[in-house]
Amino acid sequence: MTTELQRSGVSATLARAKGARRAALIGYLPVGYPDVDTSIEAMVTMVRAGVDVVEIGVPYTDPLMDGPIIQTAATGALAAGVRVRDVFRAAEAVAGAGASCEVMTYWNPVLRYGVDAFARDLASSGGSGLITPDLVPDEAADWIAASDAHGLDRVFLIAPSSTPERLVTTTAACRGFVYAASLMGVTGARSSVGSAAAELVRRAREVTDTPLCVGLGVSTGEQAHEVAGFADGVIVGSALVATLVQAPDNRAGLIALAAKATELAEGVRQ
Amino acid sequence: MTEQPTTQAAPPLGRFGAYGGRYVPEALVAALEELDEHRTKAMADPAFLGELAELHRSYTGRPSIITPVRRFGDEHCGGAQVVLKREDLNHTGSHKINNVLGQALLTKRMGKTRVIAETGAGQHGVATATAAALMGLDCTVYMGRVDTERQALNVARMRLLGAEVVPVDHGSRTLKDAVNEAFRDWVANVEHTHYVLGTVTGPYPFPEMVRDFHRIIGVEARAQLLDEFGRLPDAVLACVGGGSNAMGIFHRFIDDAGVRLIGLEGGGDGPASGRHASRFSGEATPGVLHGAFTYVLQDDEGQTIESHSVSAGLDYPSVGPEHAYLRDSGRADYYPITDHEAMTAFEALSRTEGILPAIESAHALAGAMKIGRELGPDALLLVSLSGRGDKDVHTAAKWFGLLDERDSDV
Repeated sequence: MTTELQRSGVSATLARAKGARRAALIGYLPVGYPDVDTSIEAMVTMVRAGVDVVEIGVPYTDPLMDGPIIQTAATGALAAGVRVRDVFRAAEAVAGAGASCEVMTYWNPVLRYGVDAFARDLASSGGSGLITPDLVPDEAADWIAASDAHGLDRVFLIAPSSTPERLVTTTAACRGFVYAASLMGVTGARSSVGSAAAELVRRAREVTDTPLCVGLGVSTGEQAHEVAGFADGVIVGSALVATLVQAPDNRAGLIALAAKATELAEGVRQ
Repeated sequence: MTEQPTTQAAPPLGRFGAYGGRYVPEALVAALEELDEHRTKAMADPAFLGELAELHRSYTGRPSIITPVRRFGDEHCGGAQVVLKREDLNHTGSHKINNVLGQALLTKRMGKTRVIAETGAGQHGVATATAAALMGLDCTVYMGRVDTERQALNVARMRLLGAEVVPVDHGSRTLKDAVNEAFRDWVANVEHTHYVLGTVTGPYPFPEMVRDFHRIIGVEARAQLLDEFGRLPDAVLACVGGGSNAMGIFHRFIDDAGVRLIGLEGGGDGPASGRHASRFSGEATPGVLHGAFTYVLQDDEGQTIESHSVSAGLDYPSVGPEHAYLRDSGRADYYPITDHEAMTAFEALSRTEGILPAIESAHALAGAMKIGRELGPDALLLVSLSGRGDKDVHTAAKWFGLLDERDSDV
C-alpha cells in the first residue's frame, strides 16, 4: 500500500485545514439521541454548518469519562433502543455529506462486537477510525492489530498528567491524530480552557509530528478560536449535545445545534 | 506523510490469566503507577507493615476470633462442623477496615490529603470515613440513591464521622453507578485525592493491592484452625460481590489442594429470573467494566445489565478479575444463593447462635447449609462472616414481617 492510500479521511481533512492555515473543527454527537434518524440528521446539520470532522459517539451504560450532558444523551439513546451497529449507518451518512468521521467508544461494546469485526465494519462504512477514552495503548494489542489490518486511525488520549515517557509511547501509537485532554476531568463545558492545554500541546509537539487535537471543556466560538491558536483541531462535545438535550423538540434542537456549530466554525476560521 | 512504526505494547500488567489489566483514561495512568510504586515499596517496608499491624491490633481488634457454631451446624448444615471467621467483630463491623486502613496509610505516604470511595451496603463507605477521621483526611463517599435509601443508617454513620455522602442519581443508582461517579471525581482531583477502591476489582494495582490487605483474614483463620482443630478445613466459603472478603480468606488456602474454595453470589430471584447478581451463572461473559477485564453481566451489545440482590453489597454486575481466573482454572467454585435462601440462613444463624450476620455474609452461610448437607458430619467448613447484621435490621425485619406498617419508616 502507498502512504497516500493509508491516509484516512480524517487525516486528509486535517491536512486540508492546515493548508488553509486554520485548525479543524471536530464535533461530537452520540448516535441514537434522541433517536437514530434524528441523530444522523443532526450530524449532517453540523457538517453543513462547518464542522470538519464528526466524532460519532457509541452510547454506553457506564461512561465514566463523561459529564452530565453526555450521560443524559447516552441514557436517552439506550432507552430509545440504539444499537452498536447504528454507528455504521451514521458513518455512511457523514461520509455521504462530504465529511470524515471517527467513532468515539468505550471499549466494552467493541470487545463484545468483536474487535476485528468492528474494525472491518467501520472501515467498510467509511469511518476513519476510533477514539478510545478507556483504552490505553498498553492494553490495545488486539486493536492495534485490527486497525493495521483495516487501515484505520487509532486515536488515544494524552492528558496533562501524562509522564514524558507516556507522551512518547502514546503519541507513537496514535494514527490520524492525538486527542489531547485539555484538563483533568470529564466532558462538559468550562468557563475557560486554562493553560494546561497549551502546555500539553507544547510538550507533545516535542515528541510527535502527528496532528494534536484538543478536547474537553470547549463550548464557545471564542474558546474554539483560542484553542485553534495552538492546536491542529478543536474538539467540541457537550456544548453541541446540550443544544439537543435542552431543546423543547427535535426541530428546535437542530436549529440550536446549527447555530452553535456555526459559532464554533467561525471560531476556528477567524 | 511518513508511515509511523507500530509501537510494541508493553507486556500486559497485573493479569490473572487473561483477566485484569488497566482499562482507564490516560489521565489516571500516572496516579495508578504512583500508587503501584508506593504500595510495592510499602509492602516490603517493615515500618509500614509494623504501623499497619499495630493499627490492626489496637484499633481494628485483630486477630479476629473464630467461632465454632455447633447448633447451626447440627440443625442446618447436616451436622457438619462449621467455624465462622468473625470479621463482623472488627471495628466498623466488617472486613472492609482491613483494606481501608492500608490504603489510608498509603494515601498519607503519597502526600495526598483527600480520599474518595464508592459504597453499596455502606460498609466500605463507613470504613473509609472512619479511617479518614482517624488520619485527618477529607472524605467524600459516593453511594447510589437506591442504596442510600435501603441503607439509611450507614449514610448517617458516615456523616457523623465527618464524611460528605453524595447520592448518585445516574443509571441504576446502585453500586456500579457510585463507582462511575468516584472515577469521575478522581480524574478531576487526582493530584491531591486517592480513590480508596473498596474491592478486588478496578484497574491494576487495585485487585492485587486490596487482596493483599485482606489476605490477613485467611492467614489468621488457617493458623487458628490448625491450632484449635488440628487440621485444614474441607471447604472455605465466602460471599462474593466484588469479592474482597472472599479473596482475603481464599488466598492463603490456594496452595492447599485439598481445601475447596467456594464463592457465593447474590442470586436474587434465581438465575433464570434475569433478576440476580450471579456473574458466573450464564448470562455473564468476559468484558471490561470499571477498569478490569473480568466477568460482567452484559447484553449482546456490551451494555451492562443491572444486577439485583436483596444484599446491597452483592448487587454489582462485575466481579474481581482474580475470581474470574480462579473460576476458569477450576480452583474455586461459585454458586448463586437466592434472596430467599440467604434470608433463611440469616434467620437460622440468628436463632441458633445469637449472631446477626450481614445479609451479604448470610449468602456464605446459605452455602454452608448446602455444602454441609452434601459432605455430612465429618466435614469442617470455614465460613467468612464478613460483616454484622446491624445495618440490615430494618431490611430483615421487613422481610420477616416484624414491623407494623406504622413503624416501617423507622
